[in-house]
Amino acid sequence: MSTATENQVMLHDCRDAFAATLEQLARADERIVTVANDSVGSSKLGSFRKQWPERLVNVGIAEQSLVGVGAGLANSGLIPFVCAASCFLTGRALEQIKADIAYSQANVKLCGISSGVAYGQLGPTHHSIEDLAWTRVLDGLEIFVPVDDVETAQVIRYVADSDRPAFVRLSRMGVPTLMSEDYQFRPGQAPVLRQGNDITLIGCGVTVCRALEAAEQLAQSGIEARVISCTSIAPLDRNTLLSAARETGHLLTLEEHSVRGGMGSAVAELVAQEAPCRMKLLGFESFAPTGAAGWLLDDAGMSVEGIVTSAHALLK
Amino acid sequence: MVDRKSLPPVEVARHCHSMRKLIIQTIGTAGMGHIGGDLSVTDILGSLYFHVLQYDPEQPHHPERDRFIMSKGHCAVALYTVMASAGYFPVDELSTFIQPRSRLNGHPCNVKLPGVETSTGPLGHGLPVGVGAAIGAKLQQKSWQVFVVVGDGELQEGSNWEAAMTAAYKQLDNLTLIIDRNRMQQGDHTQDVTSMEPLADRFTAFGWETHEVDGHDHAALINALTAPRTPGMPRCLVAHTIKGNGISFIRDRVEWHHKVPTPEQIEQALAELESTP
Ligand SMILES: Cc1ncc(C[n+]2csc(CCOP(=O)(O)OP(=O)(O)O)c2C)c(N)n1
Repeated sequence: MSTATENQVMLHDCRDAFAATLEQLARADERIVTVANDSVGSSKLGSFRKQWPERLVNVGIAEQSLVGVGAGLANSGLIPFVCAASCFLTGRALEQIKADIAYSQANVKLCGISSGVAYGQLGPTHHSIEDLAWTRVLDGLEIFVPVDDVETAQVIRYVADSDRPAFVRLSRMGVPTLMSEDYQFRPGQAPVLRQGNDITLIGCGVTVCRALEAAEQLAQSGIEARVISCTSIAPLDRNTLLSAARETGHLLTLEEHSVRGGMGSAVAELVAQEAPCRMKLLGFESFAPTGAAGWLLDDAGMSVEGIVTSAHALLK
Repeated sequence: MVDRKSLPPVEVARHCHSMRKLIIQTIGTAGMGHIGGDLSVTDILGSLYFHVLQYDPEQPHHPERDRFIMSKGHCAVALYTVMASAGYFPVDELSTFIQPRSRLNGHPCNVKLPGVETSTGPLGHGLPVGVGAAIGAKLQQKSWQVFVVVGDGELQEGSNWEAAMTAAYKQLDNLTLIIDRNRMQQGDHTQDVTSMEPLADRFTAFGWETHEVDGHDHAALINALTAPRTPGMPRCLVAHTIKGNGISFIRDRVEWHHKVPTPEQIEQALAELESTP
């Protein structure tokens, strides 16, 4: 990632915060179990398995069954965290997520690991740039995209406490810590990370740190950009987003997802109906080429420079 | 159409030996690749491309070609290597594997690379597509054959068993499934995740003609792949293989599913291959 690494900022793999929090919760609550699809390593569940081998169910390479088994475990009174690569978890088992989880209101926590283009070179079959579009249309499913290690821990605590089904989208790309230690995540809350009244940059997950860097550069040319992390995709933070539309008049969304059906679309649906303003959606326009994750984001117009250019174009 | 049937098993073995070197070099250069499964499936791919399959690398979309589907798409390096060795593209191009905008993606893409029949990577897709291709051949009275290679872990996906039922019911005696039975998957021995046994009996029970074969014995593979068909039955070969076969320190080790050898290990691997004819 361009400037974050240049400035020697410490980067975190949010899967570490995910695993550590899950283990803390599991120590205190015996109902917490995990379900994996031959993905124990990539979901960082190795240490969980060591401590509670019988509380990790590895169903094998069988994602439809994975989600169904999760629903059954919830039905038996347990709190299952169902972990798999986000592309297969959501795509392969979409109907199970609809019928067994969302429609049945099963208390399952779906954890989509290595989401977005984290698996850059493995190619579009392994990119997960459709997962928000697929899940966002399902009624009764909360969807969260944490921005850093602090927020990941918070989101995992929240979903464990809540009795509602949720989908948590987790990357494996390194991100800097953006939230303070005393930050308190709430569903339907989009944290505002920078104030400004000329334009609003709305990121989600790994793109938020790029939005902050772009805002820094825009400030040098006298443009004050507000920066919002749209952590909560469902429910959306209507107040924060509508205020941004009304107060800044220009919304630039950037996400590690297809431009069709993702976070930007969710914001556009809201704003178009209640506070129309100028808007530009950055994200993937097509299946991505081969390449490393950071490069793919740059290539899709989400380098810091690319974001700045899009912001200027939107303000013209 | 090129007739590969002229290559005897010893010649096929020679090709597979060079392919192992190319696989090691390609993964070493790229710093990525599913080396264990690439090396278990090498002899199966070599036997298919250098003896069994009918195809023309100059005309990868030739309508009369046999259809080969590499369902375990994570072993793209093995597929690219056999395709390059068979003349689909220059062997030098292997060095572009996973480079920016390369057509040699981490998982094979048919739109980018002619000769790949269908894009794979998500497990459990190849057999249903193969069943469709085999039904398509029957509907159009075509004599070409369909071959599908799956991993044994991959068989945990239910889509395979749905397709296996259709294949038997539709009497697809133009379809061959080859299971790369290396007894390992991503994170564990397959036995430690879910038992696959009795694997051959399961296919027999589903209505398939089933054989067990040594997946590193070219003559045995070729025999099994070319034996006269039982009319009305799809064929399944359980090919017993060793993950990482050919390299002492990779052979039969779960941790080498998706791990990249160090430069020193690559030298050692190449030296080992050099000293075994
Ligand atoms: C639907 C799906 N789930 C998970 C994966 C991740 N994955 C890639 S390879 C692999 C293990 C495959 O094991 P096996 O089929 O036995 O292949 P081999 O051991 O021959 O490499 C897994 C789980 C995937 N590619 N597709």
